[in-house]
Amino acid sequence: MNLLGTAKARVKSGELGAWPVIIGLVVIWIVFQTLNDRFLTPQNLSNLTLQIAATGTISVGVVLVLLLGEIDLSVGSVAGVAAATLAVLAVRHGWGDVAAMVAVLVLGALIGVLHGTIFAKLGVPAFVVTLAGNIGWQGLQLFLLAPQGTINLPYQGFIANLTHTNLPPAVGWVVGALVVLAYAAAVLVNRRERTAADLPLTPVRQAVVRIVGLAVIVGATVAVLNAWQGVPVALLILVGIVAVIDLVLRRTRYGRNIFAVGGNAEAARRAGINITAIRISVFALASFLAALGGILTASRGYSAGQSTGAGDVLLVAIAAAVIGGVSLFGGRGSTYGALLGSVVLGSITSGMFLLQLESSIRYMITAAVLLAAVILDALSRRGRRSHGRE
Amino acid sequence: MSGISKRFGAVQALTDAELEVYEGEVVALVGDNGAGKSTLIKVIAGVGPADTGEIRWQGRPVHIAKPHDATELGIATVYQDLALADNLDVVANLFLGQERVRGGMLDEVGMERQARELLTSLSVRIPSVRVPAAGLSGGQRQSVAIARSLLGEPRVVLLDEPTAALGVAQTAEVLDLIDTLKARGLGVILISHNLADVRAVADRVVVLRLGRNAGEFRADETSQEQIVQAITGALDNPVTRRSAKKENP
Repeated sequence: MNLLGTAKARVKSGELGAWPVIIGLVVIWIVFQTLNDRFLTPQNLSNLTLQIAATGTISVGVVLVLLLGEIDLSVGSVAGVAAATLAVLAVRHGWGDVAAMVAVLVLGALIGVLHGTIFAKLGVPAFVVTLAGNIGWQGLQLFLLAPQGTINLPYQGFIANLTHTNLPPAVGWVVGALVVLAYAAAVLVNRRERTAADLPLTPVRQAVVRIVGLAVIVGATVAVLNAWQGVPVALLILVGIVAVIDLVLRRTRYGRNIFAVGGNAEAARRAGINITAIRISVFALASFLAALGGILTASRGYSAGQSTGAGDVLLVAIAAAVIGGVSLFGGRGSTYGALLGSVVLGSITSGMFLLQLESSIRYMITAAVLLAAVILDALSRRGRRSHGRE
Repeated sequence: MSGISKRFGAVQALTDAELEVYEGEVVALVGDNGAGKSTLIKVIAGVGPADTGEIRWQGRPVHIAKPHDATELGIATVYQDLALADNLDVVANLFLGQERVRGGMLDEVGMERQARELLTSLSVRIPSVRVPAAGLSGGQRQSVAIARSLLGEPRVVLLDEPTAALGVAQTAEVLDLIDTLKARGLGVILISHNLADVRAVADRVVVLRLGRNAGEFRADETSQEQIVQAITGALDNPVTRRSAKKENP
C-alpha cells in the first residue's frame, strides 16, 4: 500500500533499523557472485560461518561495552593472550582440554575486571585503559609463546572439535525447527499475556511476518549448510551467545541497568543502580567473550601463534558491531547487530579471498564499509534528534 | 522539622530553619538564591544531613542520614535536572532501579499495566508508554519524573523547581499534577522561583532568607508584594522600586 511513503518517512526520522545493512549485504552477495560463481556455494557459505564464529563472539562483547557508551580496544590482544595461554596449558603443561578452556575463560574475565576497575573506580578513560591493555596483553602473548612463537594444538580433542564438528543433517533441521517454534511460542505467550492485561497489541500481521521471516532465514541457512557438511557447532555457539546475551540485555534487570547507564549514568545512579559494578561487570564480560573468541580462533587453526588476535581482529570486531547498528554514543543497539555485521564483513573477506585480492585492498574496502556504517549512525542519530526522539 | 542548622565551613547555610507539611497540603518553599532552600531540601531528602535540629515524622522524632532513610519514611524527591534516561521508554524510566521481576525476567506486561494505571490516575497524557523518554515534551518528562516518585507510595513529595524551563501549557500540566497529588492526600513541598505558580497551587508559602525563616503566609490571603518583601527582607526593594517607576514615570 503506502510502503514507499512509510519507508521515506523512516529514512528521514532515522528509524531504519537493520534494513540498510540487509540491503547492503544482498548487494555484496550479488556483486561477489557475479565476479566469482563459487561465492554462493554451500561450501563457501559454510566456511563463512566458521570464519565469523570467532570475531562474531568477540564482537558481541564489544556490543556490551558500546552500549555503555565506552570502548574496549583490548579485545584482539585478549583473544590472542587467551589462545596462547590455552596452548601453553594444554600442550606444554598437559592440562585437559576442558580444564585449560575454563582456566582461560576465567583469565579473560579477570583481565576484564582489571580494565573495568581501573576505568570505573579510578576514573581513567576506558579508551586509554584498554589501549594499554591492547599493547600489554599482546606483550604477554609473545612472552608466553617464546621461544617457538607458535604452539600447535592436537587435531583431536575437545578444543579442536569446537570448530571442526558439524551436526548431522537431521539434527540440524530439528535444532532449526526448535528455534522457530521457541520464537513463535514466545510471541504467542506474550500476546496472550498482553490481552489478559488489557494492553494494546501489535497487529497480528506483524507477528506472523516476523515468525515466517525467521523460519525462512533459519530454513535457508540449515538447507545451505546441510548441502555441504551440516550445521557447524561453532555457528551454534555464536548464535547461542548472541541469543542469550540479547535475552539478558532485554529481559533482565541487569540488562536494563546496562542500557540505563549507557543512556544517562547520573539518572541510573540516582535510581539506586550501582553503576561501578555494572561497568566492571560489562568489561569482564567483554574480555570473557574475547577470550572465548581466542579459543575458537586457536581451535580453527589448530594452533596459537604470535599473530593470533592481532592484525585486523580488533577493527573487525568493533566494525561488525557498528555496521550492525550499535551506536557509538551508547544506549542503542543489539547483539543481533553484531551477528549481522559479522556476516557482512565475513562476506567481504570471503569474497575478496575468492577473487585472490591482496589484504591491502581488503583493508581499504572494509574501512569504506565501516565508514559508511558510522556515517549512517550519525545521520540517523541526527534524524532522531530533529524528530525529538533523542 | 525545627531548629535545623547547617554549616559549610565558614558559611552558615541554615540557622534554626523550620518547615512543616501536612497531608493533602502543598507548601511552597521560596527564597532568593542562596537563601538555603536547596540545603533544607537536601536535609529532608537525606542527601546532606543537618548539623543540629530535629525532624519529626508523624509526631515522632526521626533521623535521616542517607537518601534511603528518607525513602523508607515515605519521602520522595524529584530533582530539578530530570533523572530520565533518554534511550529508555516511559515504562523503563518509571521503574528504573525498581524493576518488577517475575521468574528472573523483567515483568514487562505487569510494569506496562501499572504504568498505564498510574499515568491515567494522574491524568498524565502521553502518546504511548512505549515511546523513548527523548520523544516527550518537557512537561511530559517532568510528569513522568513525578509519577516515578509515586511508585514507592510516598507520603510526602519534594519537588525542586518542577516548572523551571517549561512553557506555559506545560507548566499548567505540571501544576494540575501537583493538584492531583494534593487531592490524593499527599504532602507536597514545592520549591519554586515562580511566585505566580506558587500562588496558583500552594496552600502555604514559607519564605527563607539568609538561612532563616523570614515569614509564613497563607497563599490565598497574601499578595505577591508581601512575599517579595519577605524574600528580599525590605519594603523598599528592587521589585517595588521597579513597579513604582512604572506607575509614576
